[in-house]
Amino acid sequence: MPPDNIPQADIRGWNYLALSNDDPRKIIAVALILCLVCAVLVSAAAVLLKPLQDRNQALAIKRQIISVAGLAAPGADTEQLFRERISMHIVELDSGAYVDGIDPQRFDARAAARDPANSRQLSRDTDIAGIKRRARHAPVYLVQENGRLATIILPVHGYGLWSTMYGFLALAADARTITGITFYEHAETPGLGDAIVDPDWQAGFRDKLAFDDEGMPRITVIKGRVNPGSMEARYQVDGISGATLTSNGVARLLRFWLGNLGFGPYLEQLRATGGTS
Amino acid sequence: MKQEDRQILFEPVIDNNPITLQVLGVCSALAVTVKLAPSLIMCVALTFVITCASAAVSLIRHHIPTNIRIIVQITIIASLVIVVDQVLKAFAWEISKQLSVFVGLIITNCIVLGRAEAFALHNPVRESVLDALGHAMGYSLILILVATLRELFGSGTLLGFQVLPLVRDGGWYEPNGLMLLAPSAFFIIGLLIWAFRSWKPAQVEEAEYRIHGVQGTEPR
Amino acid sequence: MENYLSLFVRAVFVENLALSFFLGMCTFLAISKRIETALGLGAAVIVVQTITVPINQLIHAWLLADGALAWAGLPDVDLSFLGLISYIGVIAAMVQILEMVLDRYFSALYNALGIFLPLITVNCAILGGSLFMVERAYTFGESVVFGLGSGFGWALALVGLASIREKLRYSDVPAGLQGLGITFIITGLMSLAFMSFSGIQL
Repeated sequence: MPPDNIPQADIRGWNYLALSNDDPRKIIAVALILCLVCAVLVSAAAVLLKPLQDRNQALAIKRQIISVAGLAAPGADTEQLFRERISMHIVELDSGAYVDGIDPQRFDARAAARDPANSRQLSRDTDIAGIKRRARHAPVYLVQENGRLATIILPVHGYGLWSTMYGFLALAADARTITGITFYEHAETPGLGDAIVDPDWQAGFRDKLAFDDEGMPRITVIKGRVNPGSMEARYQVDGISGATLTSNGVARLLRFWLGNLGFGPYLEQLRATGGTS
Repeated sequence: MKQEDRQILFEPVIDNNPITLQVLGVCSALAVTVKLAPSLIMCVALTFVITCASAAVSLIRHHIPTNIRIIVQITIIASLVIVVDQVLKAFAWEISKQLSVFVGLIITNCIVLGRAEAFALHNPVRESVLDALGHAMGYSLILILVATLRELFGSGTLLGFQVLPLVRDGGWYEPNGLMLLAPSAFFIIGLLIWAFRSWKPAQVEEAEYRIHGVQGTEPR
Repeated sequence: MENYLSLFVRAVFVENLALSFFLGMCTFLAISKRIETALGLGAAVIVVQTITVPINQLIHAWLLADGALAWAGLPDVDLSFLGLISYIGVIAAMVQILEMVLDRYFSALYNALGIFLPLITVNCAILGGSLFMVERAYTFGESVVFGLGSGFGWALALVGLASIREKLRYSDVPAGLQGLGITFIITGLMSLAFMSFSGIQL
């Protein structure tokens, strides 16, 4: 405790440490100094570490894209691989056309979805993925092999049981056959719904068909195991046991993003033009 | 090490365990213990925060006005937690995603505030640090025990390594789905408390009402 | 309207803060011996939650979020890292104000609640509610409904537990489980029961 034998009146206004703890001047001084110190500490950490954090986030997404494209190799440099093999474009979803005016590297898909000028609200019956708003534009990632289009990677997201799941869907050059799927952000039930990040479950999507012969999105996640003999099997993926709602969420988000409000128009154009930009 | 120091440091591990006796810090013990790796990170993060917070509070304890002491403590703790959160996002991105909302909840982790209020506010820095470390150890003990059981029996793995081969991979172990769900943490901790109190009867709580025998029959 | 109703029901049953997310466990387990005290604490939590979640939503949307300060001419500023400390500051202030208001205008209630009012400041369910609101990006209206619902759900779980414990007062619980141990197990069973609500959508 500060020494009691100094009469409070004798203490000069600036010598705060010697004031009694209940003096209003001391209370304000302690509060102010504490706020200042904490503010400096916290802001310094946030500002100094932000570049590292942004890089981590971007790198994590690139790693996901590389992996869903089937290009992942142990020990490979993600940045370099991404630069060499993946080309990124911005697509206007309603028309399906490429947009040149927007820099893909600086395009923030989630911010665009929130911005009223660059997005639209979805009505309840069209919002089957539960995302509420949809941006006007979206990035697509193309993998070329020997000068020809090999894989198309589309960012997808939709609501599961507890959270919005963000992932990528990879289609072959025919814009119909699925080559892979991955989810990089979600908060589904640990041990049950989080099987969406399990490579064994994701492998079930390989070689399945996203669209049927009429061009309608048909890929779905069913409850239980797919019967390999049935005619529908090429459009079906096993459900996650114990996670029906998460599985339904995946089915719905795929139906949305492959449909007319998603990448449907873009994929139609790709099929028509044979994959040339 | 002096006898008093030894007591401050080791008493909270079993005899005065924050989770099983003081009922502090329970929320995170239940939620992050599905797998061992995030639990270990949580233990480290909590140890760091509680040690620094107790040290800081103890350092300025003579100058904290009584009226604002709770908010002062919370401010110090909150700032430390934000720093930990930022560091995790910068250097351990994958793990920070898993811990998400729970790192923030270290602020209201009753152990940190409880020890700052009950101990660090009235004791010198050295003892406060020892007390903080002791409680962090007690907390970590429970977390590691629960997480080990839940991950081992829930997924057959430990720290990601497959220990019990799963049936779906051709092995023999059918994972216990209950272990992956929250209620199992309650059951495990309840049974742990039973085990602790059987070992240390001093912790047993008195029953409110003891069943007595009826007149003319043998008492139970 | 349906959206709000669905949100409310979800917050009370499906995503019960105490039994599905385990927030506010310390006070939950410690204050569950008597129904009267549980009711008092539950009521206090409902009030605090309903007030703080919307206020924090306003703070997040207009001050802290990425681009939130556009109205002040600072669209590039991202203060979201100050979130934790702002929300807890608001909660502490709200609890303090509530304490003063109750003391002045509702003394009977103030005396009945006693020590539980300050205890609410460090209840992880309150902060957790605000953090979920941020994560799910609720609007102001949704925040009010979510605050009310989540507070009510927590209170419901607490009173439920207190009721069960009162019923068990005359039971022959093994010595090692007496008190805290059996409370954990009861809560585990309640949590299992509440899982049957998952997936309900209005």
